[in-house]
Amino acid sequence: MTDGAQPTTRPGRTPREVATHCPYCALQCGMTLREEETGAVTVLPRQFPTNRGGLCQKGWTAAELLDHPERLTTPLLRDPASGELRPASWDAALNRIVTGLRAVQAGPGPDAVAVFGGGGLTNEKAYALGKFARTALRTRYIDYNGRFCMSSAAAAGMRAFGVDRGLPFPLADLGSADTLLLVGANPAETMPPLVRWLTEQRQRGGKLIVVDPRLTATARQADLHLQPLPGTDLAVANALLHIALTEGWVDRDYVAARTTGFEAVRRSVAAWWPARAEALSGVPVADLEETARALGTADRVIILTARGAEQHAKGVDTVTAFVNLALALGLPGRPGSGYGCLTGQGNGQGGREHGQKADQLPGYRRIDDPAAREHVAGVWGVPAEELPGPGVPAYRLLDSLGTPDGPKALLVFGSNPVVSAPRAARIERRLRDLDLLVVADFLLSETAALADVVLPTAQWAEEDGTMTNLEGRVLRRRALREPPPGVRTDLAILADLAQRLAAKPEFPTDPYLVFDELRRASAGGPADYAGVSWERIDAADGVWWPCPTDDGPDTPRLFADRFATPDGLARFHPVEHRPAAEEVCADYPLHFTTGRVLAQYQSGTQTRRVAALRRAAPDAFVELHPDLAERLGVADGEPVRVVSRRGELRAPARLSTAIRPDTVFAPFHWGGTARANSVTNDAVDPVSGMPEFKICAVRVERVDEP
Amino acid sequence: MSDRVVIVGNGMAGSRLAAELHARDGDRKVIVLGAEPHPAYNRIMLSTLLAGKIGEPDVELAEVAGQGVDLRTGVTVTAIDRARRVVHTAEDDHLPYDHLVLATGSRALVPPLPGLDGPELPERVVPFRTLDDCRRILAVAEGARRALVLGGGLLGLEAARGLAARGLDVEVVHPVPYLMERQLDPAGAAVLAGTLAGLGVTTHLAVAATAVAADASGVRLDLADGRSLTADLLVLSCGVRPDTALASAAGLAVERGVLVDDRLRTSDRRISAIGDCAQHDGTLTGLVAPAWAQARVVAQVLTGADPLARYRPRPAVTRLKAAGIDLAAMGDPTGGEAGEELTFADPARGTYARLRIHDERLTAAILLGDNPAVGTVIQLFDRGQPVPADRRSLLLGRALGGAASAPAASPALMPDAATVCQCNTVSKGALVACWRAGARSVDAMVAATRAGTGCGGCRDAVAGIVDWLSEADSVEVTR
Repeated sequence: MTDGAQPTTRPGRTPREVATHCPYCALQCGMTLREEETGAVTVLPRQFPTNRGGLCQKGWTAAELLDHPERLTTPLLRDPASGELRPASWDAALNRIVTGLRAVQAGPGPDAVAVFGGGGLTNEKAYALGKFARTALRTRYIDYNGRFCMSSAAAAGMRAFGVDRGLPFPLADLGSADTLLLVGANPAETMPPLVRWLTEQRQRGGKLIVVDPRLTATARQADLHLQPLPGTDLAVANALLHIALTEGWVDRDYVAARTTGFEAVRRSVAAWWPARAEALSGVPVADLEETARALGTADRVIILTARGAEQHAKGVDTVTAFVNLALALGLPGRPGSGYGCLTGQGNGQGGREHGQKADQLPGYRRIDDPAAREHVAGVWGVPAEELPGPGVPAYRLLDSLGTPDGPKALLVFGSNPVVSAPRAARIERRLRDLDLLVVADFLLSETAALADVVLPTAQWAEEDGTMTNLEGRVLRRRALREPPPGVRTDLAILADLAQRLAAKPEFPTDPYLVFDELRRASAGGPADYAGVSWERIDAADGVWWPCPTDDGPDTPRLFADRFATPDGLARFHPVEHRPAAEEVCADYPLHFTTGRVLAQYQSGTQTRRVAALRRAAPDAFVELHPDLAERLGVADGEPVRVVSRRGELRAPARLSTAIRPDTVFAPFHWGGTARANSVTNDAVDPVSGMPEFKICAVRVERVDEP
Repeated sequence: MSDRVVIVGNGMAGSRLAAELHARDGDRKVIVLGAEPHPAYNRIMLSTLLAGKIGEPDVELAEVAGQGVDLRTGVTVTAIDRARRVVHTAEDDHLPYDHLVLATGSRALVPPLPGLDGPELPERVVPFRTLDDCRRILAVAEGARRALVLGGGLLGLEAARGLAARGLDVEVVHPVPYLMERQLDPAGAAVLAGTLAGLGVTTHLAVAATAVAADASGVRLDLADGRSLTADLLVLSCGVRPDTALASAAGLAVERGVLVDDRLRTSDRRISAIGDCAQHDGTLTGLVAPAWAQARVVAQVLTGADPLARYRPRPAVTRLKAAGIDLAAMGDPTGGEAGEELTFADPARGTYARLRIHDERLTAAILLGDNPAVGTVIQLFDRGQPVPADRRSLLLGRALGGAASAPAASPALMPDAATVCQCNTVSKGALVACWRAGARSVDAMVAATRAGTGCGGCRDAVAGIVDWLSEADSVEVTR
């Protein structure tokens, strides 16, 4: 499994070489880290069943941040006199935090403090953070940036299948699909080594169909590219099911045996004849028919959604429409077929399973379920009635900070909402209104720069733990070396704070012990890790949850016999197209959509500081069609301003025929005046709380510089 | 705000209004009275039903009966008592309303021909309008070999295509010199006739029917040029007439349809009309999209969600899409203002495109056959957005300019700055430099530059550069 490198199961020694995984996206490519004689750390690709030796530029250069000059190695405290962040001792920093937390909680109670986590945290840290919020702070206000990532797919998966695992089958299944439909996914830029599976799929004669408003690097490889107007994917999905019905491609036996609720969906999609979806989306009827045929008549068929379909105020319904299509065609649970979501962040999957979510306890349990509360409280050694109830989703939480009824203090771990939250200027104001903002990070992110206290944390190569990749496969992150002097791990920080707050439960700092506790806490839950151990992960290429017993099997493929619903049947839900929360008008006549570029990751805190990545993608840009540029009088490379009702961004124009003339695009990895999220809409999905990052109304103006 | 809304008609318009009202909050009673005995169905799909691809249950629409909506099918409304605000039904029920919505639709026109002038149509002669019509056509078509369709408009051609798909020989008789004359031009219609011929549908143009004779063994259609056509079945598709009888009898203002204002109100403020039976701004629509837009406006007004909502008609797009036929038509293809004309015709392959542009906007378009830009054209027309600078993309599809990033055919022609490996940002220049530094194989180049280590898609390109460099070097060596 490890291609020569020796795994270490226990921390405490420093090997010269470890087999670990990339710190960035949910593909979690296998890589080997080697510490050279000089102390420099190099990255080597590693054969692992997902990336098969592939790495993109982000992975190759990941070690550059370990000894980066901007690395934080001491706590920072904001000096009240100068208003500047100044180096301070750990003791001073932790005291300041505890004093601040006690002060804000004194009057209004525990909910005056909030916690914001991240989908990049290991399972151990995500678990400990949830436990810390519920027991040490006793606040109900915890949520995380995964809400901005795959929460719509998670909610749709839960209500259809009774469980949310990004891919319910191994990634390798993509390679053997006869038809593969990617909806709003651009893995050629977001997770390049995954494209090896797409190449294999097409070399075997499979058909790749990509749905994306932009002709992306992924769409260029497709046999068929559907280029809908942003925000119309749901109508496209309903029309595909309509065609499948009229052509007799629905798997009636499967629908009868394994699902409920089809009748209502059948009647609702009767109103989505293809020409209606065509007028709305701009996808020609002939292309809809060709797509439906490829899905409806092939043997092995996989439908995948990603952020393009999900980051909408109707994201859950859009994903549900594609799930309905997959169920009607009899895909989920059939070998080599199914529906899946391409999770984004490194531990986006595990991070949402173990208690960072506002309404969840470890093991993907519901926090309002008395039995779940009893079980988890038992593991934590606290009375169940002391556990707080459900909080609110990320955007609502951030938008309430510092308001009269909202939390007055916030602890941030592994997230940079100043860049990544929608309507970011407003969120930035909310953060400034806090009495106490604490940010744990290893670089001074835009959010950390606003903090009262910044705590320097360990990086991925300096810590052990587990990550759960986009397949639901639990992997081992292995430490190559100790953190630099003055830097602590997140687990140590939580333990320090818990002790100072006189919290009842133990907060171990050894991730092995934390994982052991996580296993017990998750036992019996939908995401059951009870039988997953570090040793077992080491002995194989990871372990798939659910894995309830030490000696029982894990679960590479879900749904073979039943779904995770009480009656074992998958649920259809009729869903209707509805317009975007903000439609174009005379003042804001263009659609604006956001996304990523290959050489940057998330809010860019890390990748913008890596020299090679900065060279590859130095600045933000605004992608627009040459026809639109001509009407605006803008030449390639000239600065433009993208203005919405909420704010504006400035960046150079990048002319491209890859985008519709009625739509403009900007990547969201940059802060400051180039911040795409200054423009985005904060309308959220009523079920998932997912903000509508992917569509709002803007106008584009030339910037006539002095 | 109205507490008790009665909707007369459970067709595409009436059922949509019920759903729109149901979807909005509020405490109101909605009663839908449908004359047909069936649940609401999708009229758009009747030609698919005719073609035998789907069964009757597949055309049923989602309904909201029992969820605050009282749906009564098989109920005929006989009169409106506007003074007392009550509707009377054939069963002598008296239903009070606070607001009444007429969605009575339209009826198929039966041409005034000898043989069709009796109180009932002959058994083998059927209009094509309702689900019951469809059932009758299918019953007669069972065991039939040949069918005639009178009327070469959109619906007639859909019926013809559906029957042809069932294996019948179909002949269409149309009094005008070309098919679908309201939507097409003669050249486009000729291409369409060719397409239909390939599908087993013969067309007889510019000839009127003069008489029908039908008995149990068959039907005969006499034509003005003296010919007589015989078949097992005659489908009438000679247009529709708005069903305004109820409105007229109640004294509402009626011309061709029930007159309505921008909020779809009739001359009685407590009565609205939507769909085929309504006449707005001098126009009857006969299409689903405007009927649904009207239903939305009425729901917004009645629920108070937007009391000032107005119906703004949008230009209609006609779409005929059946196996073997792909036709989109919009705007006036022959009249109107002068402007640019774009045409493309490949009659042998059944493709025809004609676009009219005025002031950078599409004013009309006919797209028949394989036109990859059809979705774009429809959206540009519907939204009134400016057309692309490169007009060819409207005729030939979106692919134009899309392949800009394809690698150059030969490494020699590739500029040094060109990126070969996107995943690791490796340029051709970097690969060449690597070769100059001593790397002599693909693996060595990959190890040194990381090209090809991401998605792996550029391995062939790297190999091509290695081949090119080794050839160039060997030339140098031999010199």
